[in-house]
Amino acid sequence: MSKPNIQLDSHGRLKHFLTIDGLKREMLTEILDTAESFTGVSERVVKKVPLLRGKTICNLFFENSTRTRTTFEVAAKRLSADVLNLNVSTSSTTKGETLLDTLRNLEAMHVDMFVIRHSDSGAAHFFATHAAPHISVINAGDGQHAHPTQAMLDMFTIRRHKEEFTGLRVAIVGDVLHSRVARSQILALNTLGTSEVRVIAPRTLLPPDPRTLGVHIFHDLEEGIRDVDVVIMLRLQKERMTGALLPSEHEYFQLYGLTEKRLKAAKPDAIVMHPGPINRGVEMDSQVADGPRSVILQQVSFGIAVRMAVMSMTMGTQAQGAAAR
Amino acid sequence: MNDDKIYMQAEAINELIGEMTQAIKTRLEVQQIKDPVMIGIHTGGVWLAERLHKLLGIKQPLGTLDISFYRDDFTRIGMNPKVKPSQIPFELEDRHIILVDDVLQTGRTIRAAMNEIFDYGRPASITLATLVERSGRELPIQPSVVGVRPPLTSEQQITLTGPDPLKLIIGTSKQETRGTS
Amino acid sequence: MNAPNSTSILGGRLIDPASGIDSVTDIFIHNGKILAIGEPPEGFTAHHTIDASGQIVCPGLVDLSARMREPGQEHIATIASETALAARSGITTLCCPPDTDPVIDTPAVVTLLLRRAKRSARARLLPIGAMTQQLAGEHLSEMVALKRAGCVAMSNGYAPLANTLVERRALEYAATFGITAILRPEDRHLRNNGYAHEGPVSARLGLPGIPEAAESVAVARDLALAEHTGCRIHFHLLSSGTAARMIEQAQQQRLQVSANVAAHQLHLTEMDIEDFDSNCHLNPPLRSLADREALRAALAKGVIGAICSDHQPLKADAKEAPFPSTATGMAGLQTLLPLTLKLVDEGVLGLSEAIARITCGPADMLGLPYGRLQPGSSADICIFDPHRHWVLKREEMPSSGRNTPFIGWEFQGQVTHTLFEGRIVFHSDSTTQA
Repeated sequence: MSKPNIQLDSHGRLKHFLTIDGLKREMLTEILDTAESFTGVSERVVKKVPLLRGKTICNLFFENSTRTRTTFEVAAKRLSADVLNLNVSTSSTTKGETLLDTLRNLEAMHVDMFVIRHSDSGAAHFFATHAAPHISVINAGDGQHAHPTQAMLDMFTIRRHKEEFTGLRVAIVGDVLHSRVARSQILALNTLGTSEVRVIAPRTLLPPDPRTLGVHIFHDLEEGIRDVDVVIMLRLQKERMTGALLPSEHEYFQLYGLTEKRLKAAKPDAIVMHPGPINRGVEMDSQVADGPRSVILQQVSFGIAVRMAVMSMTMGTQAQGAAAR
Repeated sequence: MNDDKIYMQAEAINELIGEMTQAIKTRLEVQQIKDPVMIGIHTGGVWLAERLHKLLGIKQPLGTLDISFYRDDFTRIGMNPKVKPSQIPFELEDRHIILVDDVLQTGRTIRAAMNEIFDYGRPASITLATLVERSGRELPIQPSVVGVRPPLTSEQQITLTGPDPLKLIIGTSKQETRGTS
Repeated sequence: MNAPNSTSILGGRLIDPASGIDSVTDIFIHNGKILAIGEPPEGFTAHHTIDASGQIVCPGLVDLSARMREPGQEHIATIASETALAARSGITTLCCPPDTDPVIDTPAVVTLLLRRAKRSARARLLPIGAMTQQLAGEHLSEMVALKRAGCVAMSNGYAPLANTLVERRALEYAATFGITAILRPEDRHLRNNGYAHEGPVSARLGLPGIPEAAESVAVARDLALAEHTGCRIHFHLLSSGTAARMIEQAQQQRLQVSANVAAHQLHLTEMDIEDFDSNCHLNPPLRSLADREALRAALAKGVIGAICSDHQPLKADAKEAPFPSTATGMAGLQTLLPLTLKLVDEGVLGLSEAIARITCGPADMLGLPYGRLQPGSSADICIFDPHRHWVLKREEMPSSGRNTPFIGWEFQGQVTHTLFEGRIVFHSDSTTQA
């Protein structure tokens, strides 16, 4: 643990945003507070602030995700940055150009920030370690490792509805083992002082000893969501059936699908979240997804403000006189 | 911080605010402005604007601006970690705006504030009121209403502390004000 | 009986674990063989004299697993480059796994390898033959022909055998002809697409895990087959405490099983992959602290009788990618001795025992006559200064040896001379060849 956190600059400010791991509560709160200020921008006549005028942000997506890429693009444009979108299929890089070559080529185009999504855990760290010193890197999802902006927009949504994290009981339901979103959410919830984080899943979808992540384990949905304030449903990938981790979607929904009836076990004012896109009838039924407790669409719009906050905070460390304050 | 001096106490400041209120009223009458709105600039400008807003009996709620996103020194000093949301709880299209700040020095804050205002809509006019006007202008910006014009050297910094009681402090150390007013 | 083929090494502390010698004495060499220890034979005159006072003189190191990348990948490394590095590191005998290109599955490849070694090697190369053709795990290779051509054991490299029936047949066949089988125990289904030890660190980093059971399940299967077939099995690169305990029990039941461990496995743990350090992307993976302690204990007890380098030179950019996309393996020749000596510092083993694990220990497992200092045996000798401190620096490593997580580590004990078959193949005062 003596290694310096590569996400922070020499003044302890956020230079890259790669993972929640190793960040202090004050830093996460600063992200949420800054995001709060950006929410207003989207409601104005001119939905833009001039903060990152003249900067070039490169969305480098090695995995397809129109949704995530779009929110990063909107966020960058609302900060007046120029945006370069590159979809690089992983196969083309494995054939010829290495990731390092790709990075060097883009650096030569004077990119100021990379937003990177890649199927390898650690890809964003790799970029941050090898990029030129003035460049910031934001992780938009790397393998099964982390998806910190998604986690922060979830924290933002929770804080909007519940104000304080202390005293909250939050349940995360589903495929924690393969989920970078869950990993980042758990770290963020714990760092922000959430009283109890629960994960609810069969053992095939949990890491070998999930307690090391700082969570309580439940295998029964109704027991697990009893008296919780927030229910976070995770997306279930179809591959989990072919990989012999689950017998069928049908059985999964029978055991872990969220229904109005089951949701009654949670607190009456509990909110339901999902990082999207939802498999209706697998993770939850439509009644819940579209019901009054669901805050799923708010998550999407808050996502822009949170990404604006992270982009402007990390780009701010490129200032020459960064110590000035 | 050690050689800071109090330049003005709360009572004196309140007197200045009273005078500023009169000056604003007169100006509004001359210009035949009936229904102005008021916007204060974070942080000191908002403290001041809260008082002026009350004294002038302005009907629309007070607007507040945090100009962090419009600063021209972002590339030099980075993001302000204590940024607050701007709140303009009214349509400002074609409205007459009284813009309030604590100290006018370089004029850069006012430029940033005007840029931000125009991103909310096109106002009919902007009147600038500041508690302190001092030397050091770097942009062609002048206030219409001023509380006090203290003679200061370029090393001296004047800041408003508050919100209650308000005090004007003069320091000589080149300390950590965020940017320049 | 004199120059130019005679060397004497004077005044060193001679440690030969095989014979139990540990004393300050002299050693005399003639025509590539050790002539005498203690008093010089009558009429002996030395062409070379090495003053070894204050230094330790021990047998040249025997490494059970080091890849030369030749034949097939000479752009990465060659016999000449890697044996030069071995000489610098005090290693005089290197066993080469069969996964070259072409695979060591025919006597022709063995002959090729040995011929090239003769031309350019500064250490002894001993090929390990492929247990199955092309290492595909299906058809048995001509093990006897391979043995006759010079292979010292048979192994299937990292590739597991396709099924237990093939494994049974391979072990039975090897047992028939007194061939030792070197097995890297791993259940490939349990390994799945893992990249790191399945534990808290892999869980946090989101790296698909390789459970400890991937090793222990394979060890259990291999032990059952060892008992059934009577084949002598040498387990290669143990990584888990459970596997070490299972092997200990098997040894108590008099099964002919032995084991080795890679030097790095005794020092690093899963914690070292923090921040996705691709130099710690290894096969088998770095495991928990408890595993490391169990491996050290098994080494001290002699359950694990050998430490190897598992040296794998890689292309310069092989580690320059996100962790899962990088190649596994590290360059280990240069750290075999220092990491072993570090175990002495840390109180795991006595000095003589530690030296045994990298000399006569590995030699005995394959029935080789090396790793010992006795009159008549090959004059393979390592002389090191046990007090010299040094730091492993990236720029001082040959390009094929830079993929190591030990860059920047400080070590105590540095090789000053290496003799291979009586020739000085390295000495630290000059980088040129003696």
